[in-house]
Amino acid sequence: MSRAAHPGKRPLDILAALKSAVLAALVAFGLFSLLIGLRTDQGPTGALVLTERFGELGAFVAVAFVGVFLRELLLRDKRIDIVRFVPPVVTAAARRIIPFVGPALLVFALVVPVMFFHNRYLLDLSIQILTYVMLGWGLNIVVGLAGLLDLGYVAFYAVGAYSYALLAQNFGLGFWICLPLAGILAAFWGVLLGFPVLRLRGDYLAIVTLAFGEIIRLVLTNWQSFTGGPNGISGIARPSFFGLPFTDGEGGFAATFGLEFTPTHRVVFLYYLILALALVTNIVTVRLRRLPIGRAWEALREDEIACRTLGINTTNTKLTAFAIGAMFGGFAGSFFATRQGFISPESFVFGESALVLAIVVLGGMGSQIGVAVAAAVMLGGFEFFREFQQYRMLVFGFAMVGIMIWRPRGLVATRMPSVFLKERKIVAAEFVAEGRG
Amino acid sequence: MNGTVEPILTVEHLTMRFGGLVAVDDLSFSARPGDITALIGPNGAGKTTVFNCITGFYKPTVGMIRLAHPDGKTFLLERLLDFRISQRARGSRTFQNIRLFQGMTVLENLMVARHNPLMLASGFTLFGMLGLRTFTNAERAAIDMAKYWLDKIGITSRADDPAGDLPYGAQRRLEVARAMCTEPVLLCLDEPAAGLNARESAELNELLLFIRAEHATSILLIEHDMSVVMEISDHIVVLDYGVKIADGAPAAIRDDPRVIAAYLGVDDEEIADVEAEVGT
Ligand SMILES: Nc1ncnc2c1ncn2[C@@H]1O[C@H](COP(=O)(O)OP(=O)(O)OP(=O)(O)O)[C@@H](O)[C@H]1O
Ligand SMILES: [Mg+2]
Repeated sequence: MSRAAHPGKRPLDILAALKSAVLAALVAFGLFSLLIGLRTDQGPTGALVLTERFGELGAFVAVAFVGVFLRELLLRDKRIDIVRFVPPVVTAAARRIIPFVGPALLVFALVVPVMFFHNRYLLDLSIQILTYVMLGWGLNIVVGLAGLLDLGYVAFYAVGAYSYALLAQNFGLGFWICLPLAGILAAFWGVLLGFPVLRLRGDYLAIVTLAFGEIIRLVLTNWQSFTGGPNGISGIARPSFFGLPFTDGEGGFAATFGLEFTPTHRVVFLYYLILALALVTNIVTVRLRRLPIGRAWEALREDEIACRTLGINTTNTKLTAFAIGAMFGGFAGSFFATRQGFISPESFVFGESALVLAIVVLGGMGSQIGVAVAAAVMLGGFEFFREFQQYRMLVFGFAMVGIMIWRPRGLVATRMPSVFLKERKIVAAEFVAEGRG
Repeated sequence: MNGTVEPILTVEHLTMRFGGLVAVDDLSFSARPGDITALIGPNGAGKTTVFNCITGFYKPTVGMIRLAHPDGKTFLLERLLDFRISQRARGSRTFQNIRLFQGMTVLENLMVARHNPLMLASGFTLFGMLGLRTFTNAERAAIDMAKYWLDKIGITSRADDPAGDLPYGAQRRLEVARAMCTEPVLLCLDEPAAGLNARESAELNELLLFIRAEHATSILLIEHDMSVVMEISDHIVVLDYGVKIADGAPAAIRDDPRVIAAYLGVDDEEIADVEAEVGT
């Protein structure tokens, strides 16, 4: 009691801290003794030789010991809370700025190609980020709003990409016709998967959707005659500016508008294309949230049983979330196909699903801006950490763990009500459920 | 008693078994329209199980549950899916452990209850996406209905706060209001006064009496608090170990020796004594 009242004045409990530190050191020793303490190398005769690295092992154990000791001593059971270190002036200012973050980001996104016209690398990275923003927003409908854990989202991305590639190759259809078709096909697969699967909840749902993602990939790999198998499909029609191809010479985009030809025109066009697609995803999601269907998704995430007593057909409601999420995945997929000009099952591995899910979780489930920022941080981070070479994933992993400790519910964990009587008050994170399936 | 009125709810030979456990054993009773019918009994008597059967969460092992609307339509509830019972048969319920949408605002909670009419008005989302008048009008009507109930339960000023932030008593009343927003013919309340203090409990009584007086909704009520039950119910059914041991007006139930025995936890032998005494 008194300790809680005077958190600064409690005595330093060295014994307890020592105990925790010894325990942590033991765990570190157990974990790393084989992983780091011993190493096998190829000897001069070709046989494996065992080298001992007790020095490194000792260093790891020491770091664990000292780290835990200091944490126990200084912080003890207090949560690490960044917010406390921020002066109130900054918080107040931030609160005033928050409504302008979205529009500012949008304006920034609109001028990126103008600002970085000659930086091809950055433009490509931006296109990739926007693709993942769109995927994140699509998955956000399923995971963030409806609370259904989907580990196989990449399947719909793949369906969209292959739909576009196959339709364009076999029937010579253009991008703008293929785009809706790809979306519809992906949504169709979403419903097909949803029917048997949505009776399951939580972990079971996650595992089955994961399996579905793998099945789609395996089918794409093995159905040689239809999908080209592991070789994939190449020579996919590149996008044209409403009929004007991005080529040098007569009839091309540059010639028609009297510009000097540069391949960057196509990149800029692709940039605005994916920006438009992502914005459509966002606008549709924001609108849907204010309609009864969107409210039912969120209610489903909060309490499925209560939904049923209110006459909500939970199966259909989940299916619509699945289908609409899948549809946006399909759109993103066909954009991916037209941008790359080449697709193969390699692009649709589980890691992609995991990345998109990580973006949604990191962004804060259900938050549109959070997801957009998270996508930029994740992919930008990947690029930034490229310098660390083989430690890239390690550094990135630490960064993720750190963020999850400081903001366990993602960057934007609060929730905007869909309807209000007098004033739209933000719902604090602690009330919002995460959904169990 | 008026024997000519057709009961709104008729439960016949309802039996629910969980493996070897008979939670409800051959229960028959009926509730008259406009009444508050109370279902009482000691812990584990099977009251919640009866509710779960009525609202479609359990499929009864044996038995029939008929809900008759004032306009003559009847529904066999044991054959309907849970959400259809609310949607078609207009039977709504609350839970022993409050089940609000904690992270949604009070107003949103009530709006979710208007899901089906709003879905229709929004043309299954199509008209709503286009922002057509049919939908905006329906939405306004839903908000008005929500306001009406917020006013009745006295939390209009907290309409835009998360439901999880309300005091306990208000959460209980909000759950009742949310159920009422589906415009039910039958409202099943599972221990709505559990955990309330005297003042909150009185507010709840007032709300239930208001519903009975002003709305064409009959109430089926599970309650442990005898003072509440005796004060507001018109008809009481008593369960013990899944078996109906009494059924009648509050005054008669109060003096029923078997009810007293069940509640006071008398041994079987003593019950036999009491029964011998009253000659059953
Ligand atoms: N799903 C279930 N599976 C197995 N047994 C169950 C199930 N639901 C209820 N029971 C059992 O049925 C009996 C009646 O339970 P029920 O919840 O209906 O009692 P109750 O009258 O509501 O009690 P309380 O006053 O404590 O709420 C209990 O013995 C309970 O353990
Ligand atoms: Mg109960």
